[in-house]
Amino acid sequence: MPLPRWFHVLGSPPYVYRLADVCRPWIGWLALLLLVVGAFAGLVLAPPDYQMGDSFRIIYVHVPAAYLGTRLYLLLAIAAAVGFIWRIKLAHAVAASVAPLGAAFVIVAMATGAIWGKPMWGTYWQWGDARLVSWLVQLFLYLGYMALRASFEDRDQADRVSAILAVVGIVNVPIIYYSVEWWTTLHQGPTIMKFDRPSITVDMLIPLLMMIAGFVLCFVWLLLNRLQGEIVERERDARWLQQLATEPGK
Amino acid sequence: MTTHGAVLRADGVAIWRGGRCLFEGLDFTLGPGRLALLVGPNGAGKTTLLRVLAGLAEPTSGSVTWDGIPVGSLPPERRGTIAYRGHLDGLKRDLTVFENLRFHAALWGGTGEWEVLHELKLEGNAHMRARHLSAGQRRRAALATLRLVSTPMWILDEPMTNLDSDGRATIREWVSQHLSFGGSAVIATHQPDELARPGALVIEL
Amino acid sequence: MKSAFVVILRRDLKIAFRRTSELANPLLFFLIVASLFPLALSPDAAQLRNVGAGVLWVAALLSSLLALEGLFRADADDGSLEQLMLSPVPVAVMALAKVTAHWLVTVVPLILLMPVLAYSFYLPLEVLPVMAFALLLATPTLSVLVALGAALTVSLRRGGSIIGLLVLPLTAPLLIFGTRAADLSSHGEPAAGPLYLLAALAVFAVALGPIAIAAALKVGLD
Repeated sequence: MPLPRWFHVLGSPPYVYRLADVCRPWIGWLALLLLVVGAFAGLVLAPPDYQMGDSFRIIYVHVPAAYLGTRLYLLLAIAAAVGFIWRIKLAHAVAASVAPLGAAFVIVAMATGAIWGKPMWGTYWQWGDARLVSWLVQLFLYLGYMALRASFEDRDQADRVSAILAVVGIVNVPIIYYSVEWWTTLHQGPTIMKFDRPSITVDMLIPLLMMIAGFVLCFVWLLLNRLQGEIVERERDARWLQQLATEPGK
Repeated sequence: MTTHGAVLRADGVAIWRGGRCLFEGLDFTLGPGRLALLVGPNGAGKTTLLRVLAGLAEPTSGSVTWDGIPVGSLPPERRGTIAYRGHLDGLKRDLTVFENLRFHAALWGGTGEWEVLHELKLEGNAHMRARHLSAGQRRRAALATLRLVSTPMWILDEPMTNLDSDGRATIREWVSQHLSFGGSAVIATHQPDELARPGALVIEL
Repeated sequence: MKSAFVVILRRDLKIAFRRTSELANPLLFFLIVASLFPLALSPDAAQLRNVGAGVLWVAALLSSLLALEGLFRADADDGSLEQLMLSPVPVAVMALAKVTAHWLVTVVPLILLMPVLAYSFYLPLEVLPVMAFALLLATPTLSVLVALGAALTVSLRRGGSIIGLLVLPLTAPLLIFGTRAADLSSHGEPAAGPLYLLAALAVFAVALGPIAIAAALKVGLD
């Protein structure tokens, strides 16, 4: 199937590497700006919530992390599928770079959730919370992808086998989320721990949006870093890389 | 035997494995009645190339087509036209020789198990489980299926391994007959002279 | 000519029955795992009744894992898998035939044994047929998932250790719906809802799973 030209250009490692080099500083500084301002606004400026006091502030880390952690798997699956169907190694490199970042965000979401939960509801972990449990399953999906990839010596094989797993995983994710959700509604225990969004006022919302944007840009910055690392490792012997290394000023 | 003039064609085939280039720039065309002998030291990539030609493995670049269709994406109905015999014998150890042949014939569409067993002097072992056979007997049983089902293309990886002189003579005879009926073959071997014939293509890795 | 599915199914059944010592292993594993729980918890009838369905489901899951993780490895090792993949039989059909053969030989006995164990966990008698039926509906999906794990790791030497991580998270819905069915029937309510869901998952898995398995095998044999 004939592909548009930009598709091929985006699939070219030297092009993407250089593009990443150019974009990275801009994205990095913007992310930093958003995170600092957002954190200041959220942690200092926003008034304490009338229900939860100051501990709600953890949502400024918790919500963006959860948002990213759950959605990145879709990005991973799409990248891996593109790589598998059209045999674009760079797409596999993207998927490989996204996986550890996705896992990290999910862990942060779970950890901040636990820190939030303890003073509020007396427990770090609550099996009865659908979101926590589905995040746990999501974490296993990321780790499974990474572990399968790591088991293969031949990188091409590793790419393609884990791509199949990623696609099967993404198809299953809605089913798993639904069944876990359903399961928790059935087992209402005496303490129902819900991470309900506190009623959001504007001066809470703006910092939150800034933090989400900051996190997303931070993710892109980290992704570009990892992607460059992946490209260097895969294209070790390629001429364009050696030329780049010997360029003055690098 | 269907001799529909199918041609095996390699275009610019390059194979890299484990970051190492085994070979590149391989081009050849093999028509009906032609033999290609694959020679080279151990580890040169003969087995990998044969697997690529059979459609079991993908080349890193380039293409292999059989009758115009890329060999890695042959539809199931067309797959019955290529016979591949590698280092592994493909026999289920817990089935008897006869049961193994029967199974192969049932899937690929062939008959005449007893004649073939007779040709390879295996009738006495026909009802023995494959695990009790010697290496030579297993090799003969693995090759027996070549005669059971008629396929235009034979891809054989060192078929003479473990065979005694009688077995080797039988296989030589089979290859000869196969080629004279319009079939073609790619055979990896350490003794090319054994199978060499005029018009044979020699691929050296 | 008999269909290729039947030919491959019969071959695998024949081989399985010639390795009688291995046939019993998953079943014994199921028994042992289930038996460990009363030892680990307590012989208290009320408590066992509470956890019984869940314990048996987890034990069934793990036994299936044990039974199926080597589904393709033997064929890969003796070269018959590559012959099957080169044959005129669609790989997805071959995969489904093998999964079905293993399901018949190792999982069905498990389903038959389960009521006995359920009784030992003091589960009420009305629950037993529902649990057996739920297992009957869930195990095809389970078998396909484990077979997929086996196909993804077919070329790995110690693939068995990673299959659990790959496959078990995907089986969560089966566990949830299965135990829900047992729960409902133990309260005297109709368990049709979760059973329908299990059936739907089974249809989905059996229809699409073999395609993914075929793709995984093709990559694995490269």
